[in-house]
Amino acid sequence: MLRLLLAGLAILLSCLMATAEEGAIQPVLQEHREVIAKSSRKTIAPAIDAIADSGLPQAQRVLETWAAKSMWMRKSDGYFFAGEKLDSKTYQLLDFDSGEVVGTFAKKDLKQLKPNSGIRAMIGTALVRFQLLDADIAKRQAALTSIQRDPEAALLAPLRASIADEPDAGLKAQKQRLERLLTIGYDDDTAARVAAIEGMSGDLGVDVRATLNPLVAKTRGVAPGAAPQGVNIAAILTPGDDDFPEEEAYDLLVAEGFAPARVSKDEVRLALAENIEGGSVGGVPVAQLDKDETRARAYAALAAAGKVPPIVTAADVQTALAAHVFFETYAESSADVTTAAQKALDTIALKVGVNQTLDLTLDALSLASIYFLAAIGLAITFGVMGVINMAHGEFIMMGAYTGYVVQQIIPDHTVSIIVAIPLAFAVTFAAGVAMERLVIRWLYARPLETLLATFGISIALQQLAKNIFGTQARPLTAPGWLDGALVMNDVVSISYIRIAIFILALIFLGVFLFIMKRTRLGLETRAVTQNPRMAASMGINPGRVNMLTFGLGSGIAGIAGVAIGLFAKVTSELGSDYIVQSFMTVVVGGVGNIWGTLAGAAMIGFLQKGIEWLNPSNTLAAQTYMIVFIIIFIQFRPRGIIALKGRAAGD
Amino acid sequence: MQRSFIARNPSVLIFLACLALFTLMVTVLSEGLGVGMISTSFVKTLGKTLCLCLIAVAMDLIWGFTGILSLGHFAFFGLGGYMIGMWLMYERTRLIVVESLSQAEIPPTSSEVVDAIGNQIFGVVGSSEFPLIWAFADSLFLQLVLVVLVPGLLALVFGWLAFRSRVTGVYLSILTQAMTLALALYLFQNDSGLRGNNGLSGLQNLPGVEVSQDVVSLWFLWASAFALGLGYLLAAWVVSGKFGSVIRGIRDNEARVRFLGYSVEAYKLMIFTLTACIAAIAGALYYPQAGIINPAEIAPIASIYLAVWVAIGGRGRLYGAVIGAAFVSLLSTWFTGGQAPDIPLGFYTIKWVDWWLVLLGLSFVAVTLFAPKGMGGLVDLWTQRRAPNRHGADLGPDDGALREQEASE
Amino acid sequence: MNFLKSTLAGSVVFATLAGAAMAAEDTIKVGVLHSLSGTMAISETTLKDTMLMLIDQQNAKGGLLGKQLEAVVVDPASDWPLFAEKARELLTVHEVDVIFGNWTSVSRKSVLPVIEELNGLLFYPVQYEGEESSKNVFYTGAAPNQQAIPATDYFLEELGVEKFALLGTDYVYPRTTNNILESYLKGKGIADSDIFVNYTPFGHSDWSKIVADVVALGADGKKVGVISTINGDANIGFYKELAAAGVSADDIPVVAFSVGEEELAGLDTSNLVGHLAAWNYFQSADSEVNASFVETWKATMGEERVTNDPMEAHYIGFNMWVNAATEAGSTEVDAVRAKMYGQEFPNLTGGTAVMLPNHHLAKPVLIGEIQEDGQFDIISQTTEVPGDAWTDYLPESAVLVSDWKDLGCGMYNTETKSCVQTLSNY
Repeated sequence: MLRLLLAGLAILLSCLMATAEEGAIQPVLQEHREVIAKSSRKTIAPAIDAIADSGLPQAQRVLETWAAKSMWMRKSDGYFFAGEKLDSKTYQLLDFDSGEVVGTFAKKDLKQLKPNSGIRAMIGTALVRFQLLDADIAKRQAALTSIQRDPEAALLAPLRASIADEPDAGLKAQKQRLERLLTIGYDDDTAARVAAIEGMSGDLGVDVRATLNPLVAKTRGVAPGAAPQGVNIAAILTPGDDDFPEEEAYDLLVAEGFAPARVSKDEVRLALAENIEGGSVGGVPVAQLDKDETRARAYAALAAAGKVPPIVTAADVQTALAAHVFFETYAESSADVTTAAQKALDTIALKVGVNQTLDLTLDALSLASIYFLAAIGLAITFGVMGVINMAHGEFIMMGAYTGYVVQQIIPDHTVSIIVAIPLAFAVTFAAGVAMERLVIRWLYARPLETLLATFGISIALQQLAKNIFGTQARPLTAPGWLDGALVMNDVVSISYIRIAIFILALIFLGVFLFIMKRTRLGLETRAVTQNPRMAASMGINPGRVNMLTFGLGSGIAGIAGVAIGLFAKVTSELGSDYIVQSFMTVVVGGVGNIWGTLAGAAMIGFLQKGIEWLNPSNTLAAQTYMIVFIIIFIQFRPRGIIALKGRAAGD
Repeated sequence: MQRSFIARNPSVLIFLACLALFTLMVTVLSEGLGVGMISTSFVKTLGKTLCLCLIAVAMDLIWGFTGILSLGHFAFFGLGGYMIGMWLMYERTRLIVVESLSQAEIPPTSSEVVDAIGNQIFGVVGSSEFPLIWAFADSLFLQLVLVVLVPGLLALVFGWLAFRSRVTGVYLSILTQAMTLALALYLFQNDSGLRGNNGLSGLQNLPGVEVSQDVVSLWFLWASAFALGLGYLLAAWVVSGKFGSVIRGIRDNEARVRFLGYSVEAYKLMIFTLTACIAAIAGALYYPQAGIINPAEIAPIASIYLAVWVAIGGRGRLYGAVIGAAFVSLLSTWFTGGQAPDIPLGFYTIKWVDWWLVLLGLSFVAVTLFAPKGMGGLVDLWTQRRAPNRHGADLGPDDGALREQEASE
Repeated sequence: MNFLKSTLAGSVVFATLAGAAMAAEDTIKVGVLHSLSGTMAISETTLKDTMLMLIDQQNAKGGLLGKQLEAVVVDPASDWPLFAEKARELLTVHEVDVIFGNWTSVSRKSVLPVIEELNGLLFYPVQYEGEESSKNVFYTGAAPNQQAIPATDYFLEELGVEKFALLGTDYVYPRTTNNILESYLKGKGIADSDIFVNYTPFGHSDWSKIVADVVALGADGKKVGVISTINGDANIGFYKELAAAGVSADDIPVVAFSVGEEELAGLDTSNLVGHLAAWNYFQSADSEVNASFVETWKATMGEERVTNDPMEAHYIGFNMWVNAATEAGSTEVDAVRAKMYGQEFPNLTGGTAVMLPNHHLAKPVLIGEIQEDGQFDIISQTTEVPGDAWTDYLPESAVLVSDWKDLGCGMYNTETKSCVQTLSNY
């Protein structure tokens, strides 16, 4: 006990000595101990400023340590140190000023400071001036990111000063761009700002719009008589216009105190309830107050007696509106700047529109390729062979789970995907062949029963997957080189994984065409589909061909499963999410024709994205209306977009 | 002229007798009015099962007799439930609201009452306005009419479009499946005005009825049994006459029937709409017993299960459908309810909760492959009816069909 | 008539016999009503295991009122009507004294009429949308003001978010929560145009357009934040797309109300570091009771299993029920309920949970940042916040209060000073 006390005393002494030293940062920290410990963005500003403005060389390290969540407070005396983890329970503390190890402490005696991302952003901004000229390129980049996130007027000067000495070309370009943006926002010289705006006009970056938009942000105002002078007025508004209905105009008047508020129905009711006298209000018996007219009469009587404010009539509203002028003002006071900004924004808006359409097209294309991928196996089993396989979705699921299992065994994501794809094909091929041999071949003459039997297999497989892998979604992680997105500009981007799926879909299309048109199996398949008896007479074994074709369709579903698992999730319900859409893709496109399936997938993908674009707040509606559209479409083209003609169409 | 309807269909009488006996037994054994051997929750299960049997009869009419595999009849079932549910919710809430508003100092206006009801009903899903489709919810009579009218109209429009453009076979199956999926997705949206995913709940509490659920459950059991009996009679009557012969003809060879001069589309449309109405009535009786209806009930899978029941029970005979629905759904309840004992295999314990669906799926495949007549086929063994000698020819595209026997009748 | 009488008499005799037989059994039955199959099994099975663990622990301590506790587990199979049926079965056939169960709101709404009719007792452990109060249900999960509102405050004050994207799965919890939040944000001066709302179906996987929409929100120079009420599996696709789009938590922070330790187990979290979740409990909470709770859980269920917020809710609810029953000297529902009010129990995060007369708990609100290891780093912890059944931020429910202790009403209109209804609204 005594030893502990002594040790504590010694530490205290050493700290006191440290504080006594000139140029120590600990006193600055101690001065703001409470706000630092409280760690709230609202109160932290003085502490950060004090550290940054202390002019001490340690300031940068303190701020960096703090932002990295490595600053610790010793509970015994409230001093701050950089902490290093020794093991889960003990930490080693280093003094900021001396850089020396203070000692090791138990975690429970310490408090870790965890600045939230709001505070971290503020620290980042404070660090900018230290980091802009730092030798470490990563720190300079960090500084630029901080400026980008929270542009401030005060940062303009140090940023400008740092451009000339920037050795890295990439960073220099970034700095110059940021400098232009800050100039637009904060420069004192109007001409420079306008020039900067004109220079950036047509730039698609979100940051440019983020800089320009606040300049032209409008607020609505109202004044009696004429519009006020000395403000940058964007427009004079007429009440009753489409985007400025009279109701809104009157509300504005009420908010500004230029007119009395309307009396709502609730207020009428409450006012009546307050003024009940002897079973009646304003001469109307309470029992009769269950109608709006009698209530209005009673209220009018009360208003006449001066007990309640009178109802605002339509005429009152008109008079009030006529007596005032409504206008919109810009937040920015300089008209030159706002005009230039507005013009630049208009130019950008057009470009953004075009690019958004492009982005939407890419999304639609990606969705179409996913549907195509899910449906291509079905295009073989259903389209070519005419077998309704409700378990098709479960083959997709099996492929995805195969990918998951492979990834459990082979940790390297790239290798595991390369292994998983053929393996998924093999597994689902085998499953498909087994299913064809055991079930489907007995039912070729009974398509409706094939549907039901395969549905039975589907529910059995789904439940089996649940029993084996559990109901929880399993991770199937894409290799690192598929992370991220291909960014064309700030509006148009598409993730690499979607590009990969698109390419895979194209490859499948090619493979399908090759097999069907150029190989013996394809020839035999087409022969067996058209006329099994004749084909058999020609020496083709229809049983074998059917088996292989079905296996092929199932195998492709398995590979599709790996791809879909990569971009979404692996659950036992993965397959059933796609089955109805897949069937519709095939049916809409036209059975028995791969180009039809392609067209079907494209139509469904584009349609869904189109409806989503019309109604961005409700994705479910897009799916609903798409299905309704398909149902109606099939009524008018029952054989799909590309219908087979002649004998091949059969019946 | 001819033998009476009953004499030609002795199975109808047997079925009705069994149904009456069953209802009576349950009543006697129930908690509400009997000795309490059967718990109220089981009475409800039995009542619901009767409703499922009714929709299975409808399914058998459309699939077993007309050859249209509709995978969308649960959409009509659900719509029927929604229609009756709207009135139940509205009226129950109205009673509460009127009661509570009557305590206020100022008597409420009628629009205030409606607003308060809307607020109560839709408050839980974050809105308070009454959508247009609730326009008739205040009238039991109109809502009861809508039970038949709305699904009937949907079936009429959908059927007219589909049959007119000659969508047949598996295409039609997929199309009906798409229809029920679209309806389910639509109802899932909050904007549909039927409380989205939450659906309509508390339907077991009949407005203004004070008696306990023990008794109410019996009322519904009787009503369901009555509806099933009536539906069965209707279905038996429909398939026994000339109409029945035509629809069977459509099942076996649509083109020939068309060439004989019958308007195939009109027949199909009629039977499609009729079965939709039967399904809707079954739904309207089912959901007040279940207590809650929500869009998940009409997901495509439900309709596929319906086909499974009918197939296992035996298509093309009405009692087969009833047996199938009752047997599979009750067995399903038993297995998923955790009542079935686990089977320890030493290295692995088979829990039926997990394995029941696997068993169902596989047994379904087995029934399709090996016993296309379903459980109804057992009755054939019992009555010693032998399959007619086809001189070695195969049974044609539809093994479940009983063409030759039917032709001889 | 005679027949009816005799059957009636018979049933009375039978009932008494059955009652006597029940009384003779020397256990107290605890119903567990969680889905063990179907879509919700993933979340609810964990809670069933939690309950079995808690009951075992209590039995090891000597049970309750001198009797052993017996768990009656039924499986409502994620089928909402089945919840009502199973609840009735628990209360009438198994005659349980209390039920712990449910996850989704719709399943709770399904069970409510049955529980109220038969005067049962249900402990509901999941965060929910509020706007409900039942005499027979204790809500041990968070009400909106214990999760959504503090998280939004955190966004407004700590992160300086000025523009909100409210993304949710299309069902009642996100709908109502977003409704409350919209109203709350407008009260805080956020314009209508600065609130973007989107609903997606369960299990949605095609997120690219929505993520692009959210990124585009930043075009007017305001800081954008996402409040996610996306449920279950759909989160995986959403976070994958966020990561692919290169959206960092510093640019566009996402706070989720339905993503906990369990959900993160299915994800590679390296790209999600810094995104947020708000709960009343995180496994990483630094306290002695939590350490031992986590240790017992892992010892029972396996090392890779994690603990989460609804588990803590059951932990608190179960212990409170045990204490209330001990105080009441009986497990009779009304007696236990009377003793529940004001019941205190230490929660796992270090404070004390109190059961309020509105059947909600007072609990602290925690905000955690996702870490690489799939755990949360708690960066903000409030003091205990009392749960509010009726939100103050919607005009219709602002006038309502729930007080079962003194007012005996769950839906009391303070404006008209009357009880709207004593049953709950379902």
